[in-house]
Formats: sequence, structure tokens, C-alpha cells
Amino acid sequence: MVFLLQQMMLYAVPLMIVALAGVCAERSGVINLALEGIMIFGAFMGVVFVRIFQGAGWTVEQGQLIMLISLILSGICGILFSMLLAFSAINLKADQTIGGTALNMLAPALVMFFIYMIVQQNTMGMAEGGAAGWFMIKPSTFGFPKGYSFGPVGDFFLNKVYLTTYICIIIFILVSIFLYKTKTGMRLRSCGENPQAADSLGINVYKMRYLGVGLSGFLAGVGGFTFAMTTANMTSNGDVAGYGFLALAVMIFGNWTPLNIAGGSILFGLFKCIAATYSTLDINGDGVFMLNELGISPYVYRMLPYIITLVVLAFTSKSSRVPKAEGIPYDKGMR
Amino acid sequence: MPKKDPVTGKLKWYKSEGAVSVYSALISILIGMAVGSIIVIIVGMTKSNISTSGVWDGIRLVFLGVFSTGRDSAGQLSFGFNGVNIGNMLFRAVPLIMTGLSVAIAFKTGLFNIGASGQYLMGTMGTLSVGLWLGWTGCPKGIAWLLAFLVGVLLGGLWGAIPGIFKAYLNINEVITCIMTNWIAANLVTWWFDAHESFKNAAEGGKVGYIIPLKNVGVVTPKLLMDKIFAGSQANGGFWIAILIAVAMWIMMTKTTFGYELRACGANRHAAKYAGINDKRNIILSMAIAGALAAAGASLYFLSGNTEFYWSTYQKLPAEGFNGIPVALLAANHPIGVVFSGIFMSMLNISGLQLKYLTAYNEYIADIIIAVIVYLSAFSMLFKTVLSKKIKHDHGNVNAEPEGTEDEDAPEENPKEIASAETEEGGQK
Repeated sequence: MVFLLQQMMLYAVPLMIVALAGVCAERSGVINLALEGIMIFGAFMGVVFVRIFQGAGWTVEQGQLIMLISLILSGICGILFSMLLAFSAINLKADQTIGGTALNMLAPALVMFFIYMIVQQNTMGMAEGGAAGWFMIKPSTFGFPKGYSFGPVGDFFLNKVYLTTYICIIIFILVSIFLYKTKTGMRLRSCGENPQAADSLGINVYKMRYLGVGLSGFLAGVGGFTFAMTTANMTSNGDVAGYGFLALAVMIFGNWTPLNIAGGSILFGLFKCIAATYSTLDINGDGVFMLNELGISPYVYRMLPYIITLVVLAFTSKSSRVPKAEGIPYDKGMR
Repeated sequence: MPKKDPVTGKLKWYKSEGAVSVYSALISILIGMAVGSIIVIIVGMTKSNISTSGVWDGIRLVFLGVFSTGRDSAGQLSFGFNGVNIGNMLFRAVPLIMTGLSVAIAFKTGLFNIGASGQYLMGTMGTLSVGLWLGWTGCPKGIAWLLAFLVGVLLGGLWGAIPGIFKAYLNINEVITCIMTNWIAANLVTWWFDAHESFKNAAEGGKVGYIIPLKNVGVVTPKLLMDKIFAGSQANGGFWIAILIAVAMWIMMTKTTFGYELRACGANRHAAKYAGINDKRNIILSMAIAGALAAAGASLYFLSGNTEFYWSTYQKLPAEGFNGIPVALLAANHPIGVVFSGIFMSMLNISGLQLKYLTAYNEYIADIIIAVIVYLSAFSMLFKTVLSKKIKHDHGNVNAEPEGTEDEDAPEENPKEIASAETEEGGQK
């Protein structure tokens, strides 16, 4: 059970971070279709930074520090990359879907080009070791022997987890507070609903949208790094398995509110996790692999998250609350 | 101020709206290639193993890769007519043209078809399965070809209709449903081939991950002279079929009532409905046609016979689906323009391969150029509206004068303008 929950978090954490990234941009009125591209770029830069630190002689003992610094740096790279979208969407008033698509194509192309230039193959990993050895929190991190158990609850939080799970929770709390309890956050949301009214009250719509896209870029970069570390063993190959698009779906699924998104990404994570581990999944610990013995094709499990999203969207479409000004470039001259 | 012909009062052809589209596309292409060259230069300067002549080789291949004939005995790049390269370029252009048409038709109806990958996969599944099965039963090859093609197209059309139905009846953004159906299709196709051992290429060593190519059962597209012109390449009659389909789409969109209704829905769905057009039906049909076109791309690609399909595709979507987007954008969603932009994109791919084989660079430089072009095409639409507005404005003044003859604005453009004006107002509510 603990294993299942931990696996679920592995899939849910990057989804949640990136879906929250989407909320920041869309609440300010910019459709960020480029989440996938920013994730790919963030993941690549994260691997590059880890390699740089390893090359500079940092060792396993400083693993958590390396991870934190690389995480923040890949977030900053995410901001820089997302500015391409912000510039075209806000200043040039270009079609945001096309701008996002362009970034989604640019990121893998750039990343693959540089990976080939750096390592002459199609995947780039860490300079030495693996993600689990360097960045995972294990009993030995606290000085306990290898097979030590903290009990079911303690194991869930401290045994074989990555720090990013906690960072994700912090991000969730911060984004919720930012959007609903701070002046800037409420102003940002007003730009996504009625930018003309916001402007008449002295709010700089362009600045707010830049802030929204920038925040979104930071979080998507962090999400990309998290994806690379937790599910891809700190490698980058110009692909994040469609997680950026999935996050977009989770965001719509969660009706653009952080709490619903958290729930949606955990649900999604659960199904992704079942798809990946169904054959060795022992839910109640009696030695029977129930899902495997049902004899359902693995492809059904793999399709489930997508089918469920479609079904849920179909049933909740009537109560969907899209930010009203989303996707419409703000033009001062228009009333 | 644009000059007008004194007799007809029409704009000179090089000032027309179509010409402006071509200019902005050409500007995007040039900037994209310049960015590619700059990356080639910067990387060449920072990498010690690339010399100045290596950089120059790289730049020449970015622009002229398709005319490359390899290296001569002195180790210098040589250029000339390369039938293999040009033939392969046309061969690879076929799926790009078809997915480009798919995206363009959906765009014209105001829908963003990001689901071409899934539709492409469904077409692949239909064509390969039916083609192999009919090939084994000894059905006449011509009929087998036709049925394989039609079943692939039909499956793609049905698959494309799903996001259309969601959009029409539940108003769910087609982008999200397309992404979901893409991944569902990837799993379905893998599941189908995983469950049917007989389709897997077990006869050839190490090829069990691939489906048996259709040339083994003889269900292949006839060459239609392509093998005479471009000897040694993979080019076949599929290219002519793609052009025929593009022309048919152009006629459908511009010369028929149905095409007019689709475009009216794209300009403003609510205005179209008010004018008595069945918007729901048109949205679903448009997505179904888009799906059928994408699937036709897959069918033509695999009916060429010697292409092999890696069936375990549930983690990866085919790139052809996404590459249809830049093809359509570069052509400003014009069905005939799609043919040229599809060939251009395919040319970039060939250039990329030449870079990989002949220099220290790799083929991803072509993808970077394509991405830059897409990014710029977002601007070029802006550039185009500014330019054509200016032309129209000047135009209006002439009309006010007595010599002004019949209305030069093509009649089909008028409702679009009215409709888009309504959208702008509607957005403010």
C-alpha cells in the first residue's frame, strides 16, 4: 500500500506542479500551451546543471543541495524560455495557441541538437551515478541502516522519497495563497477575467500577464526537472511523455482552481501508476496480484487516465469556469 | 499607396492578399534559415572539432541540402541535381502535405486540430491491417489497394469526429480532446498489433518490432512515372494523389456551399448559426474531414510498400501529426499552398539528414528552423493583417470615385469581415 501511494506521488507531483504553472498563466489571460516545451527545456537544463556541479567536484553527500540549486536554476531557465511566449502573446498580440505550439516544437529540437552536440547520443544522463543514489531520501540519509523501516506512515514520508514531493506541497500552498490572498494575485486574476476593467482601475495588464507567464515558466521548468529526476532517472531525451499536455488537461479538469487541480493530479497519478505497475501491484498485501489476474490488457490500464478525463470533461463541461479573457490579446485601444 | 490597374480597378496581382501571404511566408522562411545558420556558426565556433570550412559546409547544407551530391574525391562538398534526394523529398512530403491539409481545413473552420497524430495512427492501423489481410487472401491488388486506403481514411475520419462531437455538443476545447484521443489512439493501435501476431514481421531477423511491409504482399501504390524521373528514390504515385486531394480540398473550400459554410463557422460560429447554418454538423464534419486527411497521409505513406511501422507506439506519437501544424501555418491554411510548404518542410528534413551524414552537425537543426518559422508565423499573421488592411483602406477610396467598377473584394471575403467584427464586439460582453 505504501508502495502504491509512493508510486502515485511520483506521477502526481510533476503533474501537479505543471498544472499549477498552467493556472498562473491562464488566470492572467494567456493560454500556455507551451507547458510541454518549457518542461522539456527545464528537464534538459536541470540535467546540464547537475552535470556541471558533478564536474565541479561536488559529491553524493551534497546531493540534496545540488538538487535544490539545479531545481531553482531550471526554473529560471523556464522563465527565460516562457518569455518567448509572453513576448509574442502580450506585446505582439499574436495567436497564443500558435506561439505555444512553436515553443513546443522549438524545445525538443534545441534540446536534441545540444544533446547530440554534447554527448553524441540521443539521451543525456548524469555525469556519474543515478538519481536514486544521489537525490533520494532513504533511511541511510538519516544515518539508519539500509533496510530500516519507519512504520507505514513514516515510510510514506521519509523512506525512498524525493524532496520534490515536499517542494510540490509548498508550491501548492504558495500558489493558492498568492492567487487568492495577495493583492498581486487578485489583480492577476482580474486580468484574466476582465482586463479592460482592471486597466481602468490602474492595474498594468501587460505587467500582470508577464508575471503570470513568468511564474508559469518557473513552475513548468521546476516540473520538468522533477519529471526528469523522479521518473526518468535524471536523463533528458527531448521528451517528457506528454506530461505538459496532461497537466493542461488536469488544469481544465480541476476547473482552474488549485485545490481541484491537486485532487485531479492525484487521481491522474493513481491511474498512471496503476498502468505502470499493475502486474506487480499487491494492494492488500496478501500475495495475490489482483489486477494482473483479472486478465485485462495492459493497454486498457494505460488508456484509462485519458478516457476518464474525456468522460469527466463531458459531464462537467456545463459547470466549467474558464477565465473569461483567456486567449484574447489585450489591446488598450479596445473597450 | 498600392497601384491599381486603371482598366479593371483591381489590385495588381503582386499586391493581392494571396501575394502578401506568400511574402510573409518567405520572410518567415528566410529568418528561420538565418537563425539556423547563426546556430551553426555559434556552435562551430565553440566546438574545437569543427573548423571554419566545416561551418561553411554546414551553412551551405542548411540552404541547399537537397541539391547535395555528397563529397567529391578532394573531400569538398559538391552540389548538383540529385534525383535520389529530390525523389525522397517528394516522397516524404506526402504525409506532411496530407496532415498539413488536415490542420488547414480544421483551422478554416476555427478548430485547432492537434490530434492529427492520433488520426494518422488510426489510418496506419486500418491501411496496414486491411492491406496485409487482403494481400494474403489473394484479392486483386488494385481492389486491395483501394480498400486498404479507404478503410484507413474512414478510421481516421471517425477518430477525428470524436473531438468534433465534444466541441459541437459539449463545447469542450478541441485541443484537450485531441490530446486525449491521440494517446488513446496510440494505445489502441499498439494493443491491436500486439494482439495480432500474424501482422508482425517475424520472418526477417530483428524485425519483430515492425509490421510486415506492404510490398511483401504486393499491395503498393503504382509509381506513375516517379521512378523514371527520380531513379533510385522512394518517390511514387502517392505524390500525385496528394496533389489531387489538395486541389479537391481547394475546390471544396472555395467553390462549394459546404466549404462556404465551413468558413462561415470558422469566422464566427454564432453568426453562422444565426444565418441558418448548422454549426454543430459543420464542426463535426470539418473534424471528420481533417481526420480523414491525416489518415490518408498515413495510408499513402505506408502503401508505398517499403516503409515499416514500429508498432509499439504507445509512448510515442508520430511526428508527422505535429509537423502538419507548421505546414498549414506556413501556407496560411491555403490548400494549394500546403503542397508547397509540405515540400519545403520535407526539403528541410533532407537537408538535416545531409548535415548529419556529411558534417559534424546533426539533423535537429532542421527542426529548430521549423520551430522558428512557426514562431514567426504567429507574427506574420499580424504583419499580414496590417498590410492587407492598408491595401483595403486605400482601395476603398478608389471605390468612392466614379470610375470605381464592380466590387473587387472577392464576395466570399465579406461575411468574414462582418463576422470577425462581431467577434470583436462579442468578446467585450
